[in-house]
Amino acid sequence: MPRQVDLNEMATKEQQLQSSHRCRVLCCSSTACLSSGSGAMRQTFEEGITAMGLEEQIQVVPTGCMGLCSQGPVVKVHPKGEEEIIYHDVNPEIAKSIVKQHLVKGEVDVPHMLSADIPFFTRQTKIVLANAGEINPERIEEYIARGGYQALRKALSEMTPESICQEILDSGLRGRGGAGYPSGLKWNLLREAKSERKYLIANGDEGDPGAYMDRTIMEADPHRVIEGMVIAGFAVGAEHGYLYVRAEYPLAIQRLEQAIRSAKRNNLLGKNILGSNFSFNLEVRIGAGAFVCGEETALMASIEGRRGQPVLRPPYPTKRGLWGAPTMINNVETLANVAPIIERGAAWFASIGTASSKGTKVFALTGKLKNTGLIEVPMGITLHEIVYDIGGGIPGGRSFKAAQTGGPSGGCIPAEHLDTPVDYESLRALNSIMGSGGLVIMDDQDSMPEVAKFFMEFCMDESCGKCVPCRTGTVQMYQLLDKITQGRASAADLALLEELCDLVKNTSLCGLGQTAPNPVLSTLQYFRHEYLNLLKEGVVNHA
Amino acid sequence: MLTVTINEQELRVNEDATVLEVARDSGIDIPTMCFLEGISAFGACRLCMVEVAGTSKLLPACATKVAEGMEIHTDTERLRSYRRMILELLFAEGNHVCAVCVTNGACELQDMAIDAGMDHVRYNYQYPERGVDLSHDLLGIDHNRCILCVRCVRTCDELEGAHVWDVAGRGKDSRVILGMDEAWGSVETCTSCQKCAYACPTGAIFFKGSSVSEMQHDPAKIRFLANARQNKEWLR
Repeated sequence: MPRQVDLNEMATKEQQLQSSHRCRVLCCSSTACLSSGSGAMRQTFEEGITAMGLEEQIQVVPTGCMGLCSQGPVVKVHPKGEEEIIYHDVNPEIAKSIVKQHLVKGEVDVPHMLSADIPFFTRQTKIVLANAGEINPERIEEYIARGGYQALRKALSEMTPESICQEILDSGLRGRGGAGYPSGLKWNLLREAKSERKYLIANGDEGDPGAYMDRTIMEADPHRVIEGMVIAGFAVGAEHGYLYVRAEYPLAIQRLEQAIRSAKRNNLLGKNILGSNFSFNLEVRIGAGAFVCGEETALMASIEGRRGQPVLRPPYPTKRGLWGAPTMINNVETLANVAPIIERGAAWFASIGTASSKGTKVFALTGKLKNTGLIEVPMGITLHEIVYDIGGGIPGGRSFKAAQTGGPSGGCIPAEHLDTPVDYESLRALNSIMGSGGLVIMDDQDSMPEVAKFFMEFCMDESCGKCVPCRTGTVQMYQLLDKITQGRASAADLALLEELCDLVKNTSLCGLGQTAPNPVLSTLQYFRHEYLNLLKEGVVNHA
Repeated sequence: MLTVTINEQELRVNEDATVLEVARDSGIDIPTMCFLEGISAFGACRLCMVEVAGTSKLLPACATKVAEGMEIHTDTERLRSYRRMILELLFAEGNHVCAVCVTNGACELQDMAIDAGMDHVRYNYQYPERGVDLSHDLLGIDHNRCILCVRCVRTCDELEGAHVWDVAGRGKDSRVILGMDEAWGSVETCTSCQKCAYACPTGAIFFKGSSVSEMQHDPAKIRFLANARQNKEWLR
């Protein structure tokens, strides 16, 4: 029998524990920083602090991602009641000197310091990532101390399923997986479905090259996703949920499983949640390495233990989904937005963003930029601001050429459209898409046909092989692009490529095939001259 | 009953019918490859795509239910060109050499290519290296001629209930497998019912001992078997 918990009591207890220390040292322990040695860095901090006999006064906390992945490992030193100081590229040597200088003597170790008021941090608006880098994702107490599970308490005690769905609808939240379907409409579809059994699935099968928004959310703040799912389950009448996470995310899986256990122990999952009549069970399901399993029908097949292969829609999952029962599939980032919306209201959320795209979007900023990493920005911010303010511009005196959004399903945006606001409609008008949040910046040295070839190779490898246009068309398109980039292609080959793009886009069975030609079409639209320069004896003209 | 128009021809049709069913009932042919009467629709070959007024998306006739007032076009210039391209892609993907094929002259892929006026293939022939399995006493499979319509997989699963066939691999490396990816002859669950050989549209699955042009498939038998009990038809 799970104990009855008092969220406020837990929060107060944790806040007292935290304020009994004069300083918190927050060590980024996300996949990116761990791979650049943040494990050893944290150990150095712990050993140094113990050696100085300061372990009662200084708390070392492993946290999720702080965003500036290119300069990791990142550490935040937060003395009680004072401004926090961020250090970048912290190896054990620097960690030792931070302990000696900052933690013992109280002097900021300036050479490795990163000012917190640089645009990389100040231009962001954090809703989804509000706790990332601030809490230990493995301790539910820290999440609760920052107001966690209050939205769930409010939903269960003060709201009805109808009013929750209405709140989500009013907030203007749209699916963050890429397509941008209004979440409230989807929730209502499942709520109105008549069925004894309903299922809820969080799609954490993020697979676009260079994208790691969902991974970071799950690693940095797993309870945020769980809370969103329980609220969603209550709102739509589903008592069973699955978190579908790709196998390549072992740390996210570990933290989610740990978070599920502690949520269960604290009566935040399982039977009669927080003393209400609502029960909700949650299980993690691990993918097996297929990109196509992010497609919802393939994802459900994979959960059922079948070959991860899309099937024809309709029927849509909200009508007949997992094991034949009505099912709703939401992206991890979408679900991470739920608790803040319920807690602070639809009007607050709708006040952020543009007319049709509300709230924020998390982007994985990669490519030719000074600052790469994970950012959360309000919808409607321009690409220019992302590239030059947050990203710090293009390094090495090079100039901006294009931004690729939406990964293998998306397109590129050239320099003349840098002032485009980032929202679902504006990006679509440029023949790109919002996508799940991969944002790759290319400079004047990058060849666009090479970019198209890269994404086509990805789609070719990830095609499930079910429908003919995608299975065989991607192979032919890849080979044509290979021929073009090698300077062996003729104008007829380019015509053949465009013809295949049209076929695969219009006749493929699922979104993977239907969008696979997008990177080619988009680079052809804006950088056709690069293709033409490569035909026959041509060479790449970088100028 | 609903009213739909197919190629400007107005038709009164049953509510639960698919576009393909009502078209064929009215003598309008839509080419299909992965579709086989008697087993479930799969929607993978994309040859039966049709245009429906009001949606920019093309829809697979085999799996699209009719709706009141639907205006369907099955034979536009655009659809013909897509169908030809899909056929060309299939010919380029495998090793389809009609002259030495057991089913030359009785092959659905060949017939469809002729109907589509496909006189040559503009795409790169892939010449994949695929195997032949002759370990079964009566039947053989030449993977070089397989177009992955998976009629064999569905027939074996849905009609015979043996589920000997399945698909392994992904994308261009997909292939049909037997048992736990074993030699056919050693698959103990195979009942040797031969339905897969009747269902196969190309020369991929064949009766052993057939030489060039000697293999006759019998896809209509699948429909007969599927409906035999219901129709109380015990003999064909």
